[in-house]
Amino acid sequence: MEARAPVRGPNDVTPPAVTSLRRRAVNILMFSGTAVCAVATVSALFFILGYLLIQGGSSLSLSFFTNLPAPVGESGGGMANAMIGSAKLLVLAALIGVPLGFMAGLYVSEFASPISAFAVRYATDLLNGVPSIVIGIFAYTIVVLPMKHFSTLAGGIALGIMMVPVTVRGTEEFLRAVPGSLREASLALGAAQWMTIVRVVVPAASRGILTAIMLGLARVAGETAPLLFTALNNRYWSPGWNEPSASLPVMIFTYAIAPYEDWHRQAWAAALVLLGVVLTANVAARLLVRRGAVSTT
Amino acid sequence: MDSAFGMRGLIARLRKGDEIAHLIALLFALTLGIITVLIAMELYRNSALSRAKFGWAFLATSIWDPVTEVFGAAPFIYGTLVTSAVALAIAVPLGVGAAVFLAELAPRRISDALTLLIELLAAVPSVVYGLIGVAVVVPVMRQHIEPALQRVAGSLPLFSGPAYGVGYLTAGIVLAIMIVPFIVSVLREILLAVPRDQREAALALGATRWESTWGVVLPYARLGVYGAVFLALGRALGETMAVTMVIGNRPQIAASLLAPGYSMAAVIANEFTEATGNMNLSALIEIGLVLFLLTMIINAFARLLILVTTRKGSVVA
Amino acid sequence: MSPRACSYAGARCRRPDVAPVDSKISVRHLSLFYGEKQALRNISIDMAANQVTALIGPSGCGKSTFLRTLNRMNDIIPKVRIMGEVKLDGQNIYEPNVDVVALRRRIGMVFQRSNPFPKSIFDNVAYGIRVNRLAASRGDLAHRVEQSLRRAALWDEVKDRLRDSALALSGGQQQRLCIARALAVEPDLLLMDEPASALDPIATQRIEELIYELKREYTIVIVTHNMQQAARVSDVTAFFWLGELVEVGRTDTLFTNPREKLTDDYVTGRFG
Repeated sequence: MEARAPVRGPNDVTPPAVTSLRRRAVNILMFSGTAVCAVATVSALFFILGYLLIQGGSSLSLSFFTNLPAPVGESGGGMANAMIGSAKLLVLAALIGVPLGFMAGLYVSEFASPISAFAVRYATDLLNGVPSIVIGIFAYTIVVLPMKHFSTLAGGIALGIMMVPVTVRGTEEFLRAVPGSLREASLALGAAQWMTIVRVVVPAASRGILTAIMLGLARVAGETAPLLFTALNNRYWSPGWNEPSASLPVMIFTYAIAPYEDWHRQAWAAALVLLGVVLTANVAARLLVRRGAVSTT
Repeated sequence: MDSAFGMRGLIARLRKGDEIAHLIALLFALTLGIITVLIAMELYRNSALSRAKFGWAFLATSIWDPVTEVFGAAPFIYGTLVTSAVALAIAVPLGVGAAVFLAELAPRRISDALTLLIELLAAVPSVVYGLIGVAVVVPVMRQHIEPALQRVAGSLPLFSGPAYGVGYLTAGIVLAIMIVPFIVSVLREILLAVPRDQREAALALGATRWESTWGVVLPYARLGVYGAVFLALGRALGETMAVTMVIGNRPQIAASLLAPGYSMAAVIANEFTEATGNMNLSALIEIGLVLFLLTMIINAFARLLILVTTRKGSVVA
Repeated sequence: MSPRACSYAGARCRRPDVAPVDSKISVRHLSLFYGEKQALRNISIDMAANQVTALIGPSGCGKSTFLRTLNRMNDIIPKVRIMGEVKLDGQNIYEPNVDVVALRRRIGMVFQRSNPFPKSIFDNVAYGIRVNRLAASRGDLAHRVEQSLRRAALWDEVKDRLRDSALALSGGQQQRLCIARALAVEPDLLLMDEPASALDPIATQRIEELIYELKREYTIVIVTHNMQQAARVSDVTAFFWLGELVEVGRTDTLFTNPREKLTDDYVTGRFG
């Protein structure tokens, strides 16, 4: 080394030419350690999937999808009513959660001042953090108590409330992603702001918003707690919206904690179906977004 | 001048259209806050009976007796706190490690693939976790892990008592598996938000990748890390199904982690439809109120911490 | 041609494969690709010790990219491919088993926008010392921090508030802090990427004075888009254009009497 200005201390330590073994060892150790954490976490997914496939796969049959639950001891029971029930609940949830969430997201993205936007976003996050069972209590007090009985409607309202925060966030995110230049082009042509939103911005963001709705539905489809005392359960069909209804998650719960072997097997099958639907929706949503959330055609 | 008039009128109408649109959207946005306030109000209103009878002692009483209509929330608060503590103790190191790996150390493609898988894990419904908990975790705990713990540390009150398989520890473990993916995805985004030139400055000084992560990136994101942990705590506190199925459902306060217990969410889930009388129901709703307030405070605090770090509104979680 | 002249001639060197003895940095046929896009084309240049080399050229022509190849900072960008060799003190730093971490300690880097860590002033300077275990004791550490701050001409302004947050300093002070931080790990080479571009004229002047002082003891390579700055501060100037090294030579000659017409056009402001 030629003369370099030393920033030297009284006890001179010449810097090593090679990074110490200890530092390199720590680096590798932490790399491996954190990698193990990541792999361990991911492997849980595979374990769950695998276990469900093994346990539930064998119990899946046509009768599972088409039959009503059978009395204890009889074989051949199915969960047809639970699947229809879940579907109806999701329809209700969408009817409530989507308009509310979409418009609120629209407000935050298009109209709100920075402070208002912050306030609404914060309120959304807080609502998102309310435990699902508490939302169940809320739906109980405002729907079940006045109606004096459990109903699909109450369950749908509970799930709808849970869908709102997800929809708000998704809507806002994808509306924001629409390039400003599109908006400006529309405004420059003389269109009002609301018309720009309706005819340019929203269509451009529509694919992304749809995926956000799909993700929201997938999330509430798996919720059990808010249904336990709103839609309750039902071993038969539940026509209309005013009667208690079976749903897939509640059936899984009921069957899993019961002492009957046949019911356990059905619980596995139901869990497999539920997980399959949820994961498929998630993967599909991501694929749709990957190809470009903002369509400019 | 006719067309000018027409134009002016048209423009005026259009502008009003904008204002109307703004107003409508604002009303919808306000409903978010309104719903939250309504929830609080309904919980408060419907727990009036039990609040009037027990007052603040409700939080400290350990008796839960529908027959004599004496109710106290202490065992449930205890159980909720204990299981959440256990869950955090397991999930935070695991989650922070995984997030650091994905955000800082791993090559891009591996990081993206693993992140996707972890986000799928976060989408698994809690009742499925509960099912796996009952069918897999409980037997494993009862037959292998808890006996082993007792052999090693059985003299400690923390691990005393018979090994049922269900209990605080089991619930904590299942809860941990549930909240790890949550911690990972929130924390990963926070770490990715740390400006690149901070990392580069550290590396340019001759730091190893880990030294740059530990000494510069994590301290920079410190508040966000706390925020992520608090968010996870909020999730754990409110988690119902997985806990209900593996905690043992016994309303008691026990020192041992191996003992069965109960949590706030679990007792509501189990007893709501079987409540004997209005006092019972009111007491359950009061527990719901406590849970609501607890999670609300923690979440409000956590979101603020994260905001300060990322400075870009909410993190997708 | 004497060996000395060869070290300034860059691509026009008549004996391109002979690295002059006193050449601190010797780059040969360096090319860099971001994926498919080529950012650096066949760069060859020598830079002598204890001199300031300025890299000038219009935006996006590869100056910063080239600077970052000198301490292998481009390694952390995915999809980067580097060909050619860069020799520091005669050793090719792109050889397979080079200790990159130790290399980076030997080369200090100051970034375009000052990027102090959100720690105290003291801890900012101390970070590199601690990480590289250069201090034998706490007293030694404090001494080294003071020395670094003195060398960066910042000591007098901060000596009473070392524990304050670095973010409370002004822009110019923060940049000098970053220089102090870089000096603290005892580099022999300083790379500066437009260090004064975000600063006001007075702060800029102080940085330039600092560079002039530091050049006595360090080798400095500075990227600048400000030609007047290059003229003021550097001994040798290299002109980059579209990823290629067009011309390199003594600063006074390059600005008054450049060999290449392209250089002349740029320097007189006809483009860029």
